[in-house]
This record gives sequence, structure tokens and C-alpha cells, in this order.
Amino acid sequence: MASKVIHAFYNDDDVLMHAVKKVKAAKHHIEEVYCPFPVHGLDKAMGLAPTRIAITSFMYGCVGLTVAIVMMNYIMIQDWPQDIGGKPSFSYLENMPAFVPIMFELTVFFAAHLMVITFYLRSRLWPFKEAENPDVRTTDDHFLMEIEIHDNEKELMDLLSDTGAVEINITEK
Amino acid sequence: MASHYEAPIRKPLVLGDKGYHDVTVDIAAPVEGKANKHWWIVFSIALAAFLWGVGCIIYTISTGIGTWGLNKTVGWAWDITNFVWWVGIGHAGTLISAVLLLFRQKWRMAINRSAEAMTIFSVVQAGLFPIIHMGRPWLAYWVLPIPNQFGSLWVNFNSPLLWDVFAISTYLSVSLVFWWTGLLPDFAMIRDRAVRPFQKKIYSLISFGWTGRAKDWQRFEEVSLVLAGLATPLVLSVHTIVSFDFATSVIPGWHTTIFPPYFVAGAIFSGFAMVNTLLIIMRKVCHLEAYITVQHIELMNIVIMLTGSIVGCAYITELFMAWYSGVEYEQYAFLNRATGPYWWAYWAMMTCNVFSPQFMWFKKLRTSIMFSFFISIVVNIGMWFERFVIIVTSLHRDYLPSSWTMFSPTFVDIGIFIGTIGFFFVLFLLYARTFPVIAQAEVKSILKSSGEKYKKLRDAGKPLYEISKNKTVVKEMEPITDDVLMGEVVPKVGDKVGVSELLGTIGTFDATKETADDLKKIKGIGPQMEATLNQIGIYTFAQVGRMTDKEYDLLDSITESFPGRAQRDDWAGQAKILNNKK
Repeated sequence: MASKVIHAFYNDDDVLMHAVKKVKAAKHHIEEVYCPFPVHGLDKAMGLAPTRIAITSFMYGCVGLTVAIVMMNYIMIQDWPQDIGGKPSFSYLENMPAFVPIMFELTVFFAAHLMVITFYLRSRLWPFKEAENPDVRTTDDHFLMEIEIHDNEKELMDLLSDTGAVEINITEK
Repeated sequence: MASHYEAPIRKPLVLGDKGYHDVTVDIAAPVEGKANKHWWIVFSIALAAFLWGVGCIIYTISTGIGTWGLNKTVGWAWDITNFVWWVGIGHAGTLISAVLLLFRQKWRMAINRSAEAMTIFSVVQAGLFPIIHMGRPWLAYWVLPIPNQFGSLWVNFNSPLLWDVFAISTYLSVSLVFWWTGLLPDFAMIRDRAVRPFQKKIYSLISFGWTGRAKDWQRFEEVSLVLAGLATPLVLSVHTIVSFDFATSVIPGWHTTIFPPYFVAGAIFSGFAMVNTLLIIMRKVCHLEAYITVQHIELMNIVIMLTGSIVGCAYITELFMAWYSGVEYEQYAFLNRATGPYWWAYWAMMTCNVFSPQFMWFKKLRTSIMFSFFISIVVNIGMWFERFVIIVTSLHRDYLPSSWTMFSPTFVDIGIFIGTIGFFFVLFLLYARTFPVIAQAEVKSILKSSGEKYKKLRDAGKPLYEISKNKTVVKEMEPITDDVLMGEVVPKVGDKVGVSELLGTIGTFDATKETADDLKKIKGIGPQMEATLNQIGIYTFAQVGRMTDKEYDLLDSITESFPGRAQRDDWAGQAKILNNKK
């Protein structure tokens, strides 16, 4: 089926928030909202699930810490133990205080980079990716609410123009 | 809304009657405009200094470290001084973007972008020095723990110098992704405003296709918060580890447990001074006085005053500990610093770092732009001397009085240092012309709480927004497809025999059982072509999906236009995919 969508433009974040709440209250599904800056509380109002990206970061950090421990244990304790400046190298634990800085650095390195890569992939951001915002004003000062039309064009139009939208477009998607 | 409330006692962070669109225009202006004469003059000077530095580096590498002023007593001097100085400067950027984010300080938003740029550019300068000092920089990869052909010759993880490698590279790379992630929405803003195709291409490329969906923003904010949480201990660890380069040695004057906090405070101190130096000029040149206000400069001056005083405490603690230790070598190292042949460097350091920031107790002085600029330069000089004093005065009179000597830099030492200053400014000037120098998305998000326009509205008891009903402009848009842009395929219909043959193979459409698909979804089919296909009797993706070369030829003969178009665009393949998605 041809999917027709309605694009409602707002020029104020507070008006947008009211509109989102009103549209949700009228039991319409909001396909997407495009914003020029983060609007606090919008995700909750739209009913988006909370993001789990911080959890992935924690897990990546654990991976980094493990990599650091395994690497230094192999290099400094197993493969070629040396007496360097009298620092004991008989076991990892004895030599560990000298390894703390790199354990920390690699934890941060993994947690930060892998989280950002996850974010880029999940939000589909990479070089040569085409932007998908339907209108260039959505990176400037306009907020755009996208709702799919299921033979309720008139009803939606009335509802949205009632919420203070500055412009309403109907387009094919 | 309650979320936009801010205590009336707080001064506005964005001055003037600025709405969201004004922020966009103001911040895009330096990028979209042309460089003026002053920019070119300063850029040429910086470039000349940079090229001079490149020449000195080439001379050093081709001839050897002997071209520097180092001698058998003073084995570390300007190179490591410059390294620590540049790393330290970098710290303010992370402090502003990460620590102030965690503390929810809104004033950071006007300055964090440039401060982070400064961090990255100065860490690049810092990183150059250890690499040049290696003598054979093409072997720099030997600092990495990689298997090699020398048997089990691994890097030494007990060494603070190796910790430094990990700390600096983690710091540089994490700062870079933190900075770039924050830049994506702002690059997207410039991309969507760009008129010239080249600009549009470049900013599309570097904005990674940022679209600004609600979910993207939700993740964006979470990622920023977590990165800030990671960068905060990271920035503290970096200068701590830099200080370990000295503190874990047994040299009197270096072997000091106060070094980590003392170095970190010093780093923030010098970094804020550099931020002040850069932004006081930039706000003027880029006309950003409404965003980087006198209040911002004042707050930075307060940080300078605070960290300068911490550094002062550290200097005095060092002196006390030297005396209290009862170790005569330790005592002599500090006595020699203050009263020996390098007394001038020590007192220059004391004056610049401890004495000069105390002027900032006076409101009149810390809100004076000229005075702030002057002090920021003084502090930059003072912090360079601090590192010089720590490094050179601790070395030049060692345990053996017969080897006591002085250090004097050669033109190569000086040239490389000036070269890095040039390189830094080359990068910063290019940045100021091509990057959105203020995090506009973040500034817009605080505009209602901290903008002067909205503060005035709130004070006057007026609402910050109005829901204007029934003023909506309604537009019905035809989708702009390739066909509209490239000229539509206008079909002709006539061949009845062909039609029935065609429908015989791909199947007919039964309006009672099936519903028609939107054939326009297939690339290459526009509204008119769809009408023609419908006229022939083709309504569904399933029908189009059954077409092969033979059917394409039949279709071409029926429509008599753009032969081969259907093959080229692979209508059948597209239709099959669309049919499965239904």
C-alpha cells in the first residue's frame, strides 16, 4: 500500500511537547519526531523505550579491563618475566600495582570507543550516509512530527492544526 | 514549562533578542562567510612558524638529537618541557566539556566546542615531542606491545613512559570521538543550510548523515553523559601519569608524592588560560559576543584564580617537604631552584602562577577583557617556566659537582617549540573557519532557560510560547522522485496484441480479490508511468516482479519510450523486494 504520512511542523519545543502529548492522548502512533536539539522528556512523551547504550559501555569496559589483564599477564609474567627496578614479577598480583594505570586506560579506551561505534551503527551514522530528515529546517529551528495516515487524514489534520503546528504537509513516503 | 525554569538571580548566558533561528545564523556565519584580511595575516604568520618548525624537525631527524642543547647532565630539557606544557593545556578542554557537564554547568556550552578543539590540537603538539625525541620516529611503533622479530622483547609495562603512551593515545582518541559526536548535529545544521554543492557534499560527509530523530537524540544525550563520565577520570589520569614520568624517578626535585594532584591542578590552570587567550580573540573576530559573554570570561578567571592558588599551595608544600624530609640532596635541589643560577626562572614561575592570578579577586579586574587577556598570556608563560624549572633545575646540578652545568637551547630547540605554536594556531584558525565554533544544538537547548529574550519574557510574566491555533499552512506535496527531476518517461499505449501477450505471462489483476500497489515506489516509475501501467492492466508488485527481459521488450514496444529503462532500474527485482515487504 502507498503509505501517506502527515508532516506537522512546529517552531517551539514547548508547543511540540504539548502536541505530542495530545496526539498520544488521541491514540495515534507518532512515527517519528525530528528535532534540531534535544528536547528533554520528548522520548518519554513519545513512549520510546529508554536507551541501553550505557549498559553496553559498561560491558565494553569490562572487556577492556580483561584484555589489559590478560595481555600484561602474558607479556610480563608468563612469556618473559624480568626483574625491572626490583619490581616483583613472580605473579600478576605482586606486579599489579604497576599495571593499574594501563588497566584503567584500556578500560576507558574500550568503553568509550566501542560505545560510540555502537551508537553510530544503531543510529545509522557513518561517512557517506545520506541524511534522512524530511525537511532542512529540522536542523535549524523547526520540529517535525511524522504520523502515518490510515484513512484518517481529515481527523489528523484537524487535531494537528489545533495543536499549533505552523505547517502541515501530506506526502508519500 | 518547569524544565525551562532558572532562578532569576542567574545572569543570561545568551545576550540579546535571540531565538532559535538567530542562533543558527550567528554560528553558521563565520563558516559561510569569507575570511577577512586579519585572518589571512595571522594564518600566514602561523603557517610560516609551522614551516620553520618542520624544517627544524627535519634537521633534527636527519642529523640527530645532538642538534639540541642537551648535554650529559641535562638530558631532558625543552622537549619534555614543551610536551608537558602542551598536554597540560589540553586538559582544560576536557574539564570544560566533561567535568562541567557532570556538574550541569550551563555556561560550558558556549565554550566547550573550542576548548575541546584546543585539547585535540594541543595534544597533537604534545605527541610530537616524544616521537621526535626517539631520534628514529619511523620506529615509533616499537612502543606498542606487538610481537616482534627480536625474540620475546616486549615493552616494559612497569615504566611510566609506557603508561604515558597508553594514557596520551587514549586521551587523544577519546577526546576526538567526544568532540566529533558533539559536532554531528552542528555539521548537519551547516549541511542543511549549504547552498554550494561542494560545501553540501563535504558537510554531508562529515555529519555522518545526522538526521535528528527523537531516538538519536536520546542516545546522543546518553552517550555524551557516559563519555563525560569516562573522560573525567581519564583527564585526571593523564596528567597524573605524566607526573609519574618524574615522580617515580629517584631524582631530588622529581621524587615527590604531591606531583599528581599538583600537575593536574597546574594543567587545568594553564588550559583555562589558553582557553581565555583563544576565546577572547575569537569572540571578537567571529562576532560571538552574545554567546561568549563577559560572564563566561569572569567564570574562567575564577577557575584560573582557584587552580592558581592550588598550584601555589603545591609549590609551598614542596618546599616544606624538602626541608622536613631532612634529606640534604632534596633540600639542596629546592634551595638551588630558588637561589641558584636559575633563580630567575623560579621567580618568573612564582610571579606568573601564584601572584598574578590573585588579581582575579577583584571583580573589576576579572570582568575586564583586556586584563583577562593579559593575565592569560602571563599564566601561559608561567606554566611553561614551571615545567622548565622542575625539569632543568633538578638535573643541572646532579650528585657530582664536576658535572654541574647549565642548559642553553639551540636555534633548533627554539625552532621546534615555535613550530608547534605555529602548528597549533594553523589548526585552530582552520577550525574557526570551517567548524561550528559553538555547540549550537546545546545552546538552543538552554536558550529558554538562560537566554536574555526568554528571561525578560519570564520577568514580565509573559508566557514563553503560545499555541496559535488554526494558523496552520497546509501543503499537499507530490513526492519528488527521480522521474520528476530527470524528466518523466511519458508512455504511449496502443498495441493491443502486445498487451494481452504481456498480461498472459505476468498475470492479470483482479480488482475484487487484490488491492493495487503503489508502483511509484519502484525507482524509475513515476505517476504517469504508473497510470500507463494501470491502463495496460498492471497494478501489483507481484505482476511487475514476474517480468523478464522478454516482458520488458514487450512493454517497451507498447509504450514506445525510453527503451531499456526497466532493465536498467531492474523493476522486477525492486518489485519482488517491495512485494515481500508488504
